[in-house]
Order: sequence, then C-alpha cells, then structure tokens
Amino acid sequence: MSMIVGQPLDRKDGKLKVTGAAPYAGEFVVPGLVYGVTIQSTITKGHINNIDTTVAQKLKGVLGVMTYKNAMSLHQPTGSDPSSGKFAEKDLLPLQSERIFYNGQHIAVVIAETFEIAEYAASLIKVDYNEEKSVSDIHDPEAKPYQPQQGLGGTSPQAKRGNTDEVLNNAAVKLEQTYTTPVYHHNPMEPHTTTAFWEDDELTVYDSTQGVFGVQNLLSNVLGIPKNKVRVISPFIGGGFGSKGFTWANAFLAPMAAKFINRPVKITLARSFQMFTCAGRRTTTIQKINLGADSNGKISAGKHETTSETSFVDEFVENAGVATKILYDIPNLDIVQNLVRLNRGTPCPTRAPGEAPGTYAFEVAMDELAEKLNIDPLQLRLINYAEKNPVDGKEFSGKNLKECYEKGAAAIGWKDRSDKPSANKQGRYLTGYGMATATYPANRSKASVRLKLYQEGNAVAACCTQDIGTGTYTVMAQLMADALGLPFEKVEFKLGDSTFPQGPNSGGSQTMATTGPAVRAAALEAKSKAIQLAIADKKSPLYNVEESAIGVENGRLYVINNNAKGETYTQLLSRNKMPLIDVNATTDVTLKDGEKSAAANANAKKEPDNPFAKQDEKMDREKYVFHSFGAHFVKVKVDSLTGMVKVEKIASAMDIGKILNEKTAKSQIMGAAIFGIGMALMEGSVYDPNTGRIVTKDLADYHVPVHADMPEFDVQFTDKPDYNISLVGARGAGEIGITGITAAIANAVYNATGKRVRELPITPDKLI
Amino acid sequence: MEKKSESSTDEIKTGSTRREFLEQVSVITAGTALSVSLKAAKLPTNRKFYQEEGTVEVSFFINDKKMTLELDPRTSLLDALREKLHLTGTKKGCDRGQCGACTVLVDGKRINSCLKLAGMCEGAHITTIEGLAKGDQLHPLQTAFLKHDAFQCGYCTPGQICSAVGLIKEGHAKTDDEIRELMSGNICRCGAYQNILEAIKEVQKS
Ligand code: FES
Ligand code: FES
Repeated sequence: MSMIVGQPLDRKDGKLKVTGAAPYAGEFVVPGLVYGVTIQSTITKGHINNIDTTVAQKLKGVLGVMTYKNAMSLHQPTGSDPSSGKFAEKDLLPLQSERIFYNGQHIAVVIAETFEIAEYAASLIKVDYNEEKSVSDIHDPEAKPYQPQQGLGGTSPQAKRGNTDEVLNNAAVKLEQTYTTPVYHHNPMEPHTTTAFWEDDELTVYDSTQGVFGVQNLLSNVLGIPKNKVRVISPFIGGGFGSKGFTWANAFLAPMAAKFINRPVKITLARSFQMFTCAGRRTTTIQKINLGADSNGKISAGKHETTSETSFVDEFVENAGVATKILYDIPNLDIVQNLVRLNRGTPCPTRAPGEAPGTYAFEVAMDELAEKLNIDPLQLRLINYAEKNPVDGKEFSGKNLKECYEKGAAAIGWKDRSDKPSANKQGRYLTGYGMATATYPANRSKASVRLKLYQEGNAVAACCTQDIGTGTYTVMAQLMADALGLPFEKVEFKLGDSTFPQGPNSGGSQTMATTGPAVRAAALEAKSKAIQLAIADKKSPLYNVEESAIGVENGRLYVINNNAKGETYTQLLSRNKMPLIDVNATTDVTLKDGEKSAAANANAKKEPDNPFAKQDEKMDREKYVFHSFGAHFVKVKVDSLTGMVKVEKIASAMDIGKILNEKTAKSQIMGAAIFGIGMALMEGSVYDPNTGRIVTKDLADYHVPVHADMPEFDVQFTDKPDYNISLVGARGAGEIGITGITAAIANAVYNATGKRVRELPITPDKLI
Repeated sequence: MEKKSESSTDEIKTGSTRREFLEQVSVITAGTALSVSLKAAKLPTNRKFYQEEGTVEVSFFINDKKMTLELDPRTSLLDALREKLHLTGTKKGCDRGQCGACTVLVDGKRINSCLKLAGMCEGAHITTIEGLAKGDQLHPLQTAFLKHDAFQCGYCTPGQICSAVGLIKEGHAKTDDEIRELMSGNICRCGAYQNILEAIKEVQKS
C-alpha cells in the first residue's frame, strides 16, 4: 500500500495561509464589534489612589471604561495544569483590586466604537498612585531566593543522586563556572488577541491560544458559568512558543468588557510594551555548574544550580537542570533550583522551558571541560554516553544519538575544527566550530477524536487541539488517509473548537504524539466497521470474506489476493442507505509522577472502547523512559574588528522517532534553531533597575533574528519509528530543536575567538 | 500622486515617532496636498477636532476595486483594510513599522501599511494578499511558498509574499545575501526564512 504518512506533503492549510484567508482570533467578522484597549500601570509596586476616567468617558464613541471599581467580580481559578487551563497569574485576576504588583499590569480597559477612539481615550485617563519600593532585579539585595518544591505539572525541580559533594571534591579534573541568560520574550508575530460576545448567557470567544480546551475550562471557572455555555474557537494561531500556553488576562478582559457594555468586544495587546509585560517571558537564569572527571574524561559528578525569577502573584519555575539529569551517564548529580520573587509579570514556559537555557549552560560547561581535559568535545560526549536512563536505569524507548553525532559531524565538517581556539583566521575573519547535544522529553497524554466516514467517499475527523504552525492539520490528515485507505484530498482534520472532543494543549511537544494515535484508532475503527458491513452484506462482493483478507485503497475495499473483487465505500454505504459511519476514539496514557502502568489506568475507567485505541495505550513507563535526543553542529564566522558573529551553517541531526512529514518536521527544527540564534547572539530584555520598567519594549529594541541573520541549514533525521511510545511511532518535534543550539553557537564562537562569553547574548561588545 | 505618498514615507524613514507622525499629517492634510475631501466644514487644525468631529472621505482601488470610505483621519491603511473592509489577510504584528506583517503594495511598491494613514491614499492602487491570486490561480509566489513550506503559523506570510512581490519587481536582489538583506524588514518568528528564500529564488528564476 502506498503510504501517505512519511511523505513531505504540502500543508493542508497552506492555501488558506498564502492567500490570507486563514482567520486568526482577531479576524472574525462579528456584527456590532467594538474595541477594547487596555491601560497598564506605570509604577512597579503600590496601589492606585484614583483613576480619573471622566474626560475619556465623555469622548464621542467611548462606550465605557472598566476599572477595578466597576469590573465584574471573578472567581479564583482552580488548577495549575496547562492541559486543563492555567491562568498565568492566579493571585492577580484582572481589575479586581487597586493593588499593583508590576509595571505594565492591566489596570483599565477602554471600550469604544473604533480602535482609534479607544486608543486616544486611553491616553486621557489619569491615574494617581501610591508607590512603594519594589524588588525589580534578580540581583536586588531584597530579592530573597527560596527553593520551590513543585514545578510545572507537579514535577520536582530538585533532584539528587549519589554522593555529589564528596566525589566532586576528589575529582582529578574540576570545573566550576557560572552562566547567565537574560529575559527573553517570545514575541509570536500575532499579538495575543481575544474576541468575545455574549448571546444571553452563552459566551463565544475567539482566542489566540495554545490550549482551546483549557481556556474554555478557565472561562467557565473564572466567570462562574457552566462549561457548556462557553465556546472557545481558535482555528489559527499566529505563533505561540509558550506565550499562549498559559492564559493571560486578555482572555478574561474581553468577555468581561463584552458583558460590561453588552456588545461584542475585541482586545488585542499592542506589540509595544503590552506584549512585553502582559504576555509572559522566559526568565533570567543564573546557572552555576560544577563538573568533576577523571583524566580520561569520565565524568564522576556534577552539580547544576539555577536561580530564576518568578512574580509575587504566581510561581513559575524555569527548571534549567531538568535536562542535565538525563543527558549523560553521571553517577553523582545534584540539581538545585532557586526562585526569586520580583515585581514583574509572571514568567511562563518558552519553547523548551528549562531545557533551552539549561542546555546552554551545561553544554558550554562540557565544552570547557573538554578543553581542560584536552579531549575533543564530541569525544567527551561519547565517553559519557548514557545507554540507559541515568536517573533510574530504565531503557530508552528509542535512542539513536550516536547516529545523530555522526550525521551532524559529517555535515558540518567537524574534522576541520582545530582544538586550539582562534587558530582559523583569514584576513579579519575568524572561523570556529561548536557542537552540543539536544534533548527533550517525548510527551504523550490523552486525546479524543470523532471521525465521520461519509458515503461520498471522504472523511472528516475533529479534535479540540491546535495547529500553532506545527503542521497538525496536515499530519493528522496523513494518518487518516493511510488508516482509512483514502486519498489525502479526501480527508480533513478539524481542530481548535471546544465543541470538539477534548485533545491536548500545544505544549511540551505533545500534540502529534498524543493526537496521532487517537486519530489513527478512530480511522481504523471506521474502516473496520465498513469492512464488517461488507462482510455481512450478501450483495457485497466481499460477502463472507475474512476481515484480515480485505484491504482498502483509494476508497475501495478489495480482497487482498484478488484485487478485482471489491467495491468502494460509496457503493457499500449507499446500497446500505447509510449516509456515514460515525466513530469516537480516545487514547489515554496520562500518567502523573508515581502512578503505575499507564494502560491499566486508562482502560479501567473507560467504556468498552475501540480495540485500536486499546492496542495503542501501551506506553509502558515501567520499562521505558521516553525521550528524544539530537545534536547541533555549528560553524560561525566572527569579524575580529567589529565582533559581529555570523552563523555560517547549522547542521542538526534529530532522533525523534518516525518522521510523519519531513517538510513540516524540518521546518520545526529550523525554526527552533533560529530561536536559538536569537538567544545566543541578539535577544535579551533589559529592565530599568531603578523603576523596574521594561526598556526594550518593542521590536526595534528587542532584536529577533531576521532574514539577514540566516545561515545555511542542514537538517537530518534518524527517522527510526518508536513503537514503544505509540503505533504511530512519532515523538514530538516542536521543542528539541532549540535545545543545545545556543551552546553549540557559543562553543563555536569560543573556538573562533578564544573568548568564552558566559553571559548571553553574545553581542559584539563582548567580543572586542 | 505617487510622488506625494513617497514623500510621506520618507518622513517615516527619517525617524519620526508614530505620535509625531500623526501630528505631522494634520499639516499635510490641511495643505490639501493629497486632495482628501473632508466631510467636516472646517479643516482640522488640532487633534481634538479629529477625535470628536472630523471624518475624511477617501477613494482608492483595493485589488482593482474602487472603494470609497469615510474614515476617522487617524485610521491607518492597515486598520482600514482589516477593520473597515475585513481584508484581514494583511496582518498587524507591531503597528509601528518594525515587523513587516502589514506589507502591502501601494502603486506597485511595498510599504508597511501600519505606517500609512488611509486618508493619504486617495486614488492609490493598493494590492493586498487577497488580490494576488487570479481567481483559483495562485500567484507564483503563493504556489512557491506552499511548495517550499515557507511558513509555519502563517501570520507573517501575507507580508512576506507581498514584500517578495515588491522585491522581485524592484530587481535589485541578485544573490542569496541580497535577497536576505532586502527581505529583512519582514520578521518571521517561526523561522521559515530559509524556505522563504527558496520560494523567492524559484519565482525569480522563472
Ligand atoms: S504591523 Fe506594520 S510593520 Fe509591523
Ligand atoms: S510563519 Fe509564523 S511568523 Fe512567519
């Protein structure tokens, strides 16, 4: 059978995107729509004495100004799991009190007939504050570090194995270094947007979110309305990168405002300032790394201590040591995580939260250790290669990292690298090579899918998950096509609507691995129902044929060793007067820390289910650890006069299971690597230490990579199916590409220049 | 006509901030240089007047269709397209000329529509992403973007495509590096740059 899965097909939603017809959250035509513009606090801590809205309110076209004085009361959100909805700032529901916790906090919403009027009216509002002394920098003596006991999803940010201190002390070769990463802002191209309207007591919300189901849950919770009265729709999201994984105040403010004036309201955060204060960020990290090794390069002990920031209104842990636990076979290891509360908005996950900054620090430390040992950095990684999970000795569900090292090294020309830094100079330009390991967990949770196979010979499936540019629309359709035996053009996958069966949020690189098996199971079930119908139907050419002897291709059911005998779905269903076959499938391997086998749990609580779903819930966590690995190899050219770094080439080799669509998978890896170029060389948010206010407040000050910064790319995959995670065989692709890349660039810069910059970003001033 | 719109873009290039720019416009408009027909009896002389009283009537061609709008004079071309005409293919990424998501073609030249007031476009021929395809027949760049997977989330895509149309027409970009340089006003946070480059090169060749 010709397989559609695995082919590098063009995106299903591509035509909509290249013609401008794909609707994002702020682009639905809603009759009577008006505009909300939010106002932010200009102080960093204290409270509002008075908000004077009288002038603004008199302006023609202004419909209302919502402040803490007149906004509706909200209910405290429950839960902190992004999959069921996580409001980013649980102790700061918007417009509920006069207290100010950070600079840029929403304090009012002006609602007006037009955007122009709303913006102008917002400028007329006068706020009188009572200012208090704030803690606005991680180095502030008032900032008191503490050790959090829980990270995202209940994981523990602290970890310990062996006898680290003692072994470190006695190690032949020691390394101790501190690395820092600045605040990074996600800056998806689409600013956070919510459009909301009420019809009696029913609420409809178009929201730019990575978790449609979670927003529905939260809105029901926070506004105090039943879930079935809230519908959240999000067919297209203009990038998220984590910033739309948690829910931010705009998602509440729009429905509040819509109720307030009884009109549909749209709120879009402004790029300038608002996207830098009210939409999350990656926190600063200060990471101290200790390594101890013998003279042959075997690492005996390590320590990774991170300090990151959170807010006074919620707790978010950037768990930078998380990847260190699993990267190499290090018997003695301490992972320590400290948090500092600052008067800033709450940070949130950013593409590979923890792993991205963590692999920067740790993989640079590895490079430094290799130099101390006089061992090739790649060789050092091979010496400390973990064949089994160093945390608990479990087998990897599939790990082909050595193949990645080989592929990447060959692609970059690793053999051309000189061990001596700044040895490769031509004119004023220095060339250098660097590498690092990439790693990210392979997550999979729960998804439900409804699928309809129509008499006309086409099929539609739906699941409330998202496509944040990752290719969900396309890849799910590929899975459907193969499982149903239908052409790619005859299948459609729908998502982004809370009226669909629940699917995963788009976080933790889990959309594909979670939704894929449910889609496959639903499609196989529908096909099987059709086959059984044919077998039982005297008028069918397939009457009484064994199910296993029947194949389906191109919408036609046929006897495998007698192709002439068969009929189409259309013939079968129309003769039986069935307009469609309608199936549901749920696959659930959700497992919290400490729980037993996933399959047992999941099946116990379920109604007799589709056998194909059951078959695909094995994900045996007793036996395996599910983790992806890869490697980045980088070549840079540094202008010795100006200190400008140009990444010349990135060669990435990734082991992420089966590649369902090479085109979209490559795009994911390249896109993530480009995020890494930004982290390494140009991005970084600056705050005024005196006022606590952000200085780099727009895209003119906050530099993200542009066309001119692009290197040559060579992205390769091992493409080895991982049937331990699911029968689809794919692990996620969204985040692994950003891990390790920053270190690989930093290591290449060192190799080129001999300057070890331990404070990101590596801007030219640090090299001259 | 074309000359005049150019001069206003020059002012932006010389670094006026958005707010100053708004104020400058009143001067330009008051001089009737752009033959914007004002509905209000008096010419606007201060900002307050704009907000409460004045609207401007402007006629232009959007994707070859003549449109006449009565607008708040502060309305940017971008907001006129998105909010008044529901041509939402043109995106707002920053609203201050820093991202390129709002790129459209005005009289054949690529501009950031967030930096242009709609009222200054009297008589202009504006092409947006919605106007590039001929019926079902995609523009060659649209086809090439699809083929090369030159987008992910798709939010920067209309701007990238319009910008590429302008770039090819300008004819200055001969090498990869030149294309990269001259496309650098269009940010793609998803990082589809390499594939965008491939798509542009393919169309340039043909
Ligand atoms: S929206 Fe116009 S340049 Fe960003
Ligand atoms: S495709 Fe998402 S920003 Fe370019």
